[in-house]
Amino acid sequence: MKKKKCIAMLLAGGQGTRLYALTSRVAKPAVSFGAKYRIIDFPLSNCANSNIDTVGVLTQYQPLILNEYIGNGEPWDLDRSYGGVHTLPPYQAKKGGEWYKGTANAIYQNLHFLNEFDSEHVLILSGDHIYKMDYSKMLAEHEANNADCTIAVIDVPKEEASRFGILDFDESKRILSFEEKPKKPKSNHASMGIYIFKKDVLVSELVADEKNPDSSNDFGKNIIPTLLKKKMNVFAYGFSGYWKDVGTVTSLWEANMDLLGENPLINLNDSNFKIYSRNRPLPPSHIGAGGRVLNSIMTTGCEVDGTVINSVLGEGVVIEEGALVKNSVVMRGTTVGKNARLNYAMVDENCTIGENCVLGDETSDKNSITLIGGGVNLKKGTKLKAGEIVEREE
Amino acid sequence: MKTMGIVFSNIHDKELGELAEKRTLASVPFGGRYRLIDFPLSNMVNSGISKVGIITKSNYQSLMDHVGSGKHWDLSRKNGGLMILPPFGEEMNGLYNSRFEALKNITHFLKRSEETYVVMSDCDCICNADFADIVRRHVGHNADITVVYRAKDIKPDKERTILDIDKDGRVNKVTVTNKQSGVKNVYTNICVMNRLFLLNILENSAELGYKSFSKDVLVKGCKNYHIYSYEYKGYFASIDSMANYFKHSLELLEKNKRDSLFNSDGANIYTKVRDSAPCRLEDTSIVQNSLIADGCVIEGTVINSILFRGVKVAKGAVIKDSIVFQESEIAQNSRLNCVIADKQVRILENRELSGHATHPYYIAKNVVI
Repeated sequence: MKKKKCIAMLLAGGQGTRLYALTSRVAKPAVSFGAKYRIIDFPLSNCANSNIDTVGVLTQYQPLILNEYIGNGEPWDLDRSYGGVHTLPPYQAKKGGEWYKGTANAIYQNLHFLNEFDSEHVLILSGDHIYKMDYSKMLAEHEANNADCTIAVIDVPKEEASRFGILDFDESKRILSFEEKPKKPKSNHASMGIYIFKKDVLVSELVADEKNPDSSNDFGKNIIPTLLKKKMNVFAYGFSGYWKDVGTVTSLWEANMDLLGENPLINLNDSNFKIYSRNRPLPPSHIGAGGRVLNSIMTTGCEVDGTVINSVLGEGVVIEEGALVKNSVVMRGTTVGKNARLNYAMVDENCTIGENCVLGDETSDKNSITLIGGGVNLKKGTKLKAGEIVEREE
Repeated sequence: MKTMGIVFSNIHDKELGELAEKRTLASVPFGGRYRLIDFPLSNMVNSGISKVGIITKSNYQSLMDHVGSGKHWDLSRKNGGLMILPPFGEEMNGLYNSRFEALKNITHFLKRSEETYVVMSDCDCICNADFADIVRRHVGHNADITVVYRAKDIKPDKERTILDIDKDGRVNKVTVTNKQSGVKNVYTNICVMNRLFLLNILENSAELGYKSFSKDVLVKGCKNYHIYSYEYKGYFASIDSMANYFKHSLELLEKNKRDSLFNSDGANIYTKVRDSAPCRLEDTSIVQNSLIADGCVIEGTVINSILFRGVKVAKGAVIKDSIVFQESEIAQNSRLNCVIADKQVRILENRELSGHATHPYYIAKNVVI
């Protein structure tokens, strides 16, 4: 077989604890986003749009829905006979097995996968950001610089810099320093957690890191600082464009709202850079004679007879007569009953919001989203305050 | 009970006029995101059929583009799967003109197959039917042919195939006529046959004097063969004119019809996936009683209409009782009333276009008005 130039390893094992009820049964990358997508559609579609046809998806926390969703990779054109998408869960080996201890350890435990394809380069991705990026441009720079490792970098507002891994580079983009969540950031250049390594460098670094008992086996905390200490060729690749971490309820809500308006911050309607997803085969959405939908997006199979304002409706969502859904995200398969009122709410998949329920109050805003976990059945007339969280009982 | 499927893709092309001028009837868009052939293909797949032959005659590029390898219907299979059956050989002296002649043309395909039963459907049989149940009944009756019908109140306006049925469901008499009226058992052009029975009548058609499936095989054959009937009770439409296309399309705005067609017992209708973004409705939009597909961006008014994927409606534009196909754009302050706008049509600002429910105004593909 001809060697691949670059394969991708997508870290999708994170729990995403700050999404609370939304991740109690699914891994963060499988959380619904933007009416018809799940978060993982973005890195997978980016791969498809960057001619990367081999992707290992490292799963760990609640992998069931994620595995089913990825399936054979067909929606992302990753159903290949050589390459394609592979889910890589932790496994039991002859010498025992263990959970993935950190991001680097997760890759280390799958060195056999890297060695099987033996590509020249390996792209490391994570499944917690919404962005469109052509990785082939980053790969071209990586090769032109003859870099051992290239880190994608985005400029963030100064006041937020201490939340990120911050790095500093010279005119040639060679990285001089890297600090994970510094108290006093030297710059506002933040690492996006996207790395391209020469495959041989990655393998030897992972093997060395694994031998160090003091390491927490993490790319940001261990691998990158070690490379810099050894004065290896580490370069920055500048990215400008929409990039949003969706690790908290507020940021996930904001990212959904970023899709609204005449000129949304991220354009999903670009036929040259489509975001692919796996969807149920449903008919187009129907808006009834009494339905009203303003400044909102929705996908197939919805039936809207109520009012929807500044909101996002997933597949097959039903909004009954008299219901008012405002500033909210309603995910696939959920029904909002007659005269129910939602304001600053996020309702996960397959919920039933009974008639006359009220979610949110006058103090509701994006920092106090009322959150309903998947499969919850809210009784008629239930009233929930701003920021309340309801989860399905086990 | 292995069953294969046959779909006829060019029936009624002529009657449909401009809508099927540059495409087969099978690839005529319907219901906001589908093509007509999606219905028979999905019905077959939902009934456990994994080998389907599509008989084509002419203009079938758009059809091939739509069905591709068949993967969107799960028909990209190692064994069986989807097969396009274009005209073949010289012996026919030109293209066939009836279903029966078309079937003669695929005799080799039928011979090579191993399935015991064949389900045949026209491409415009818009319904959500469980063919597996029809085959079960066919086997139970030990029938040669089982024809699917619906009870329909008809007027003497066009030629139909009418069945007389006895209490056991056996067909006593078949009449092809345009003279009857009242509630009749009207043949839907969906039937089940034993494959070997079908091959037998195809190979002996010269002696038997058969040229047409309805007029000869059913009408003449019903005394000699075991022809049984199966009543389909769900939503059904077939398309044989522009007016009737328009009427049946807008019928989908009724919830009960939509439910019967799309939400029948978990059987979904599959189509080619285009990965459009979700549709976006702006602050200035007014949308009432309409079907809106993914990728649409609406700033204007849409009432009692169907918008296919990627339609753009600018501020002040008003679309009423109309059907707008994929990626067409309606500019500011233009008004459409009883219009069918084909793919990638551009209606510039301040245009007014109007047809009538019985004579919708048709705008051809890529036209700029």
